[in-house]
Amino acid sequence: MGGDNKYLGYFYVAPYVAGLLLFTAFPFAASFYLSFTDYDLLSTPKWTGLDNYHKLFTRDRTFDKSLKVTLLYVFMTVPIKLAFALLIAVILNYRLKAINFFRTAYYVPSILGGSIAIAVLWRYIFAQSGLVNMIIGLVGLEPINWFGDPQNALITITLLRCWQFGSAMVIFLAALQSVDKSLYEAASIDGANQWHLFRYITLPLITPVIFFNLIMQTVQAFQEFNGPYIITEGGPLKSTYLLPLYIYEKAFKSFDMGYASAIAWVLFAIIMVLTLAAFWSSKKWVYYAGDKRS
Amino acid sequence: MTASFDLNPQKLLSTSEPATAMEIKLRRRSRISSAMRYSVLLIFGLIMLYPLIWLIGASFKTNSEIFASPSFWPKDPTLSGYIKGWETSTPYTFGRFFWNTFLIITPKVIGTAISCTLVAYGFARFDFPGKRILFMTVIATLLLPNVVTRIPQYLLFRDIGWLDSFLPLWVPSAVAGDAFFVFMLIQFLRAIPRDMEEAARVDGANTLQTLVYIVVPMLMPAIVSVCLFQFMWTMNDFLGPLIYLSSIDKYPVSLALKLSIDTTEAFDWNQILAMSVLALAPSLTVFFIAQKYFIEGISTGGVKG
Repeated sequence: MGGDNKYLGYFYVAPYVAGLLLFTAFPFAASFYLSFTDYDLLSTPKWTGLDNYHKLFTRDRTFDKSLKVTLLYVFMTVPIKLAFALLIAVILNYRLKAINFFRTAYYVPSILGGSIAIAVLWRYIFAQSGLVNMIIGLVGLEPINWFGDPQNALITITLLRCWQFGSAMVIFLAALQSVDKSLYEAASIDGANQWHLFRYITLPLITPVIFFNLIMQTVQAFQEFNGPYIITEGGPLKSTYLLPLYIYEKAFKSFDMGYASAIAWVLFAIIMVLTLAAFWSSKKWVYYAGDKRS
Repeated sequence: MTASFDLNPQKLLSTSEPATAMEIKLRRRSRISSAMRYSVLLIFGLIMLYPLIWLIGASFKTNSEIFASPSFWPKDPTLSGYIKGWETSTPYTFGRFFWNTFLIITPKVIGTAISCTLVAYGFARFDFPGKRILFMTVIATLLLPNVVTRIPQYLLFRDIGWLDSFLPLWVPSAVAGDAFFVFMLIQFLRAIPRDMEEAARVDGANTLQTLVYIVVPMLMPAIVSVCLFQFMWTMNDFLGPLIYLSSIDKYPVSLALKLSIDTTEAFDWNQILAMSVLALAPSLTVFFIAQKYFIEGISTGGVKG
């Protein structure tokens, strides 16, 4: 505020700065250092140079598998989830009377989906004689072995994430509702049909939100832990052994902190590269209007 | 904060001029497609919510019935899942685990609300050297995967003797550690005009008084959103307690549920389902009571970003 001491702002942001240094910046640097060491919690960290990374990329079959599964998981869940979220948001945006009811109903899974209770539920509904197979049986199909088959197991945890599309949908819906109506009127008068309206007016105007959702969903998907940990326990044949599970087990089961940090940094590097690529490409496809929102 | 919901080209047309034949045709077509939209939404919504409905029904079923029919309705309703599940196979009941969850959540939510409000106020209303860089760190933290910082954080808490206590779960949040909330509150604050604050300053209030008496009341809906989201996230948090808590008497509900899958006998399904229902109950209740705060919070955090 004008006239105040120019250092007064520090008083208010001080807690954040303290937290940033202590719980983010320092651990961030420390984990980078640890990734070059051998550290089992008992002795002091021993510098081993690039050994951890060398082992990761040349001799660690589990890492290979885990990395592939993680990328597959992310590239399946993020587009499906966002497409669903956008589709439902567009349908809801047609002045439906029950918009609030449906928005709530679709949002509920996002609120609960990350919890252990839902992961437990997933174990039950995809069990051999569980809900899903019972319903499949009603239509006369053979039951599917969800947890015994590597591909099917990955589908169960993918479905769990896609099921939680509600939060992305709410963000899309808010963006759709803030599109200036007069644009549609003008285009309709010029003879544009529904698809044209969506493709050439709505879609460009909500690209900032698509971009936001894309980044957030990708960063989150790379860190999924609860689903595979509880539902499939990483199996079968490591087919759902996402990198966060591998990091957790290396760090907190085998206490191989240095190696776990190296895996974490590879994961971080992948997320970083993808995020930066998204930011870079956004110049070409994200449309920023002047900030006219109230 | 709330956008206008009505986006209806048809209504806009019909208010001004009498309907032409073309318009009537369009309107009929739009009625048909609107019926289609409702059906799609209804069927799809039912498919999505059925697992939850089934869960609630199944928690009242007998163990032999759970895997016997896809219907959610218990033929022979029983409370045995709840009664036996509540007892657990540990020396503690689920009451203890709910109490622990409460002990983790309450200080965490209060700490988050206070620290994030202070910090967002600092960012939104003051200029100070280095502000731009500091604000960029908020965005960077928002995108920074926790997985990178988790191991050294654990080592840090081990070295200061906080393992197996609630402190590692409380303290990072009490210093505005959840960048998402800081970001969300800054977005809300930017949308609030400063006239009232300036008037208060002219009348001699200092910045802290202005914050407490003018800004906080106006920001209250956003602060409530922050509290609710933190409540949900902490209810759902599993990895934090898993890493930091080792004694069963400190377990929150999420860890206790995992424990009960591991220790309950293979055929006592209804106990686990019943406890899952109870574990979801607080989040569901809070969500239904306060859903508008969730929707507003997430919309503002996302759209205005």
